[in-house]
Amino acid sequence: MREEQLKPDNAAVPAQKGWLERKENVTKIAWALYVVCAILVLLDFLIHRHAEMGFDGNFGFYGAYGFIGSVFLVLVAKYGLRPIVKRSEDYYDD
Amino acid sequence: MIEFPPGLILILGALPVPFLRGPVRTIWMLALPVAAFVLLYSLPEGNHFAISAFGQQLELLRVDGLSKVFGYIFLIAIFLGVIYSLHVRAIEEHVSGLVYSGAAIGAVFAGDLVSLFVYWELTAISSVFLILASRTPEALAAGMRYLIIQVGSGVLLLAGLIMIWHETGSIAFEHIGIESVGGVLILLAFGIKAAFPLLHNWLQDAYPQATPTGTVLLSAFTTKLAIYALARGYAGTEELIWIGAVMAAFPIFFAVIENDLRRVLAYSLNNQLGFMVVGIGIGTELALNGAAAHAFAHIIYKALLFMSMGAVLHRTGTVLASELGGLYKSMPFTTVFCIIGAASISAFPLFSGFISKSMILSAAAHEGHYFVWGVLLFASAGVFHHSGIKIPFFAFFAHDSGKRPKEAPLNMLIAMALASALCIGIGVWPSALYAILPFHVDYVPYTDSHVLSQVQLLFFSALAFTVLMRTGLYPPELRSTNLDSDWLYRRVGRSILQYCVQTVGSMHSGIYDLVVRRCKRFVEQLYRHHGPHGIIARTWPTGSMVLWVAILLVTYLALYFIDIF
Repeated sequence: MREEQLKPDNAAVPAQKGWLERKENVTKIAWALYVVCAILVLLDFLIHRHAEMGFDGNFGFYGAYGFIGSVFLVLVAKYGLRPIVKRSEDYYDD
Repeated sequence: MIEFPPGLILILGALPVPFLRGPVRTIWMLALPVAAFVLLYSLPEGNHFAISAFGQQLELLRVDGLSKVFGYIFLIAIFLGVIYSLHVRAIEEHVSGLVYSGAAIGAVFAGDLVSLFVYWELTAISSVFLILASRTPEALAAGMRYLIIQVGSGVLLLAGLIMIWHETGSIAFEHIGIESVGGVLILLAFGIKAAFPLLHNWLQDAYPQATPTGTVLLSAFTTKLAIYALARGYAGTEELIWIGAVMAAFPIFFAVIENDLRRVLAYSLNNQLGFMVVGIGIGTELALNGAAAHAFAHIIYKALLFMSMGAVLHRTGTVLASELGGLYKSMPFTTVFCIIGAASISAFPLFSGFISKSMILSAAAHEGHYFVWGVLLFASAGVFHHSGIKIPFFAFFAHDSGKRPKEAPLNMLIAMALASALCIGIGVWPSALYAILPFHVDYVPYTDSHVLSQVQLLFFSALAFTVLMRTGLYPPELRSTNLDSDWLYRRVGRSILQYCVQTVGSMHSGIYDLVVRRCKRFVEQLYRHHGPHGIIARTWPTGSMVLWVAILLVTYLALYFIDIF
């Protein structure tokens, strides 16, 4: 990585994969995330939650909300919104 | 003690900037916000600076809790903006940046609607140069659309203020409400600047066209001035809760499929404004404190995110996600600063967004707005998704684009470092920010339960992103134009206009033809009778003239003789 920084601006260098780009490392990061998420859910047993509205005190509420909300967001944007609004890049250029 | 409007310090201080060079100019431009900040800090609450105009008393320096907190953050923003743009040679950018920020600060301290209107329009006119300075045809067109809409907002404000003046006899800028027509017009004026749904698209249209440095300033002032004005004039207006909820939710769908990363940030800016508008609509002390605190924190982290993308644009010439990736290798500092901004906007514990956004969510829950609370929670997960993950991921990581740009210039790095320090500082020590909020704060952001909830929400959103990426379901970054409400005036409106032009044009040419044909015929007839060959204009020989005169004389003489006898 040090040599690469010495290269001139914007010069394309031959693909030299950094640590983050190797497939096995990406898998490691993903697994680390899965483990952290599992621990966070289990913490629900340890930490007493003062649920103000009732339903937000349910086991795993925030995790499920975050996951389902995000998947909903991305899939609606991809399959619902993009087909309607996507035009070519020069749509307004005339 | 000096009592002078801090906004005017910046506006008047901008005037000598074109004549200054080198380090003198740098010091001068940095000294202006510092001086204004010190002055503002020393001012007690009250009205300090009045002038008479139009037979009215104009209050140019109304200092209270609400105006002070916005004044502080606007001065911090221009200070950071000046540092960030020190490398820029174009003098008009520096001048318009200072005048623009001064106008926004002036508006915040305006105690009456007339001076608010003057500053309101000045922000529009001064800021457009930050867009035009890009010097591209797209920027020129977007700048003109921006100017028309911004000035239009001011015209609505003027109309509303005249109606209120007529009704109440007062031009004081206090709570307005939507009971009168004038109040509705002013709400509309504020709503345009605050990018209410369907009035929003000038923001996503114009901000990505501005210069790398210009967008940083634009992101700070215009919309947050509108938030301040809404908090002053419409606190507790229930309609705002729903408007804000829609604002927080719908832009994030556009952000997911947008390829231009500065436009992604413009959509997420719109979404963050939604949180503040909800807070203003709820209108309790906690909610208004939350809106003000969120505006404060938001200005810094949003500027930081725009700074990091501006640095990428400055070095690579593009901010299209489809063209970027792997920049962390050669721009490591910018990468770290961008991630700090991303963590702040995502409201990770220990970052600024956490201690401000949660006040608004708590206020919504306290007042029983459970549905709105759910929408805001969804929007929180969504903002992490597109601003927290998408921006740093596609710019600095993802697939390696092969681009190896230099690290950002030193002045940009300093500005980003300061903004990052503020993001973390506010997140770790929220009491300093809580101390300057308009109302007394009795709120504890860091409880076990709250921290765990937020971390769960964010990590499971990250989990969703990871799963979608690894299964290939995440939508690819595509070079495209995504239609938004601007389509209504850029396509439909233009088609209607073209139809009108054609119809009026053909009517015009029809009438023109008819009139011209008639006139021609008239002239031709005139010519035939009176022209050089016309019967009336024929020349006669002089002899015949003399003969006719002689005949006349003879006739006259004959008649004369007849008369004598």
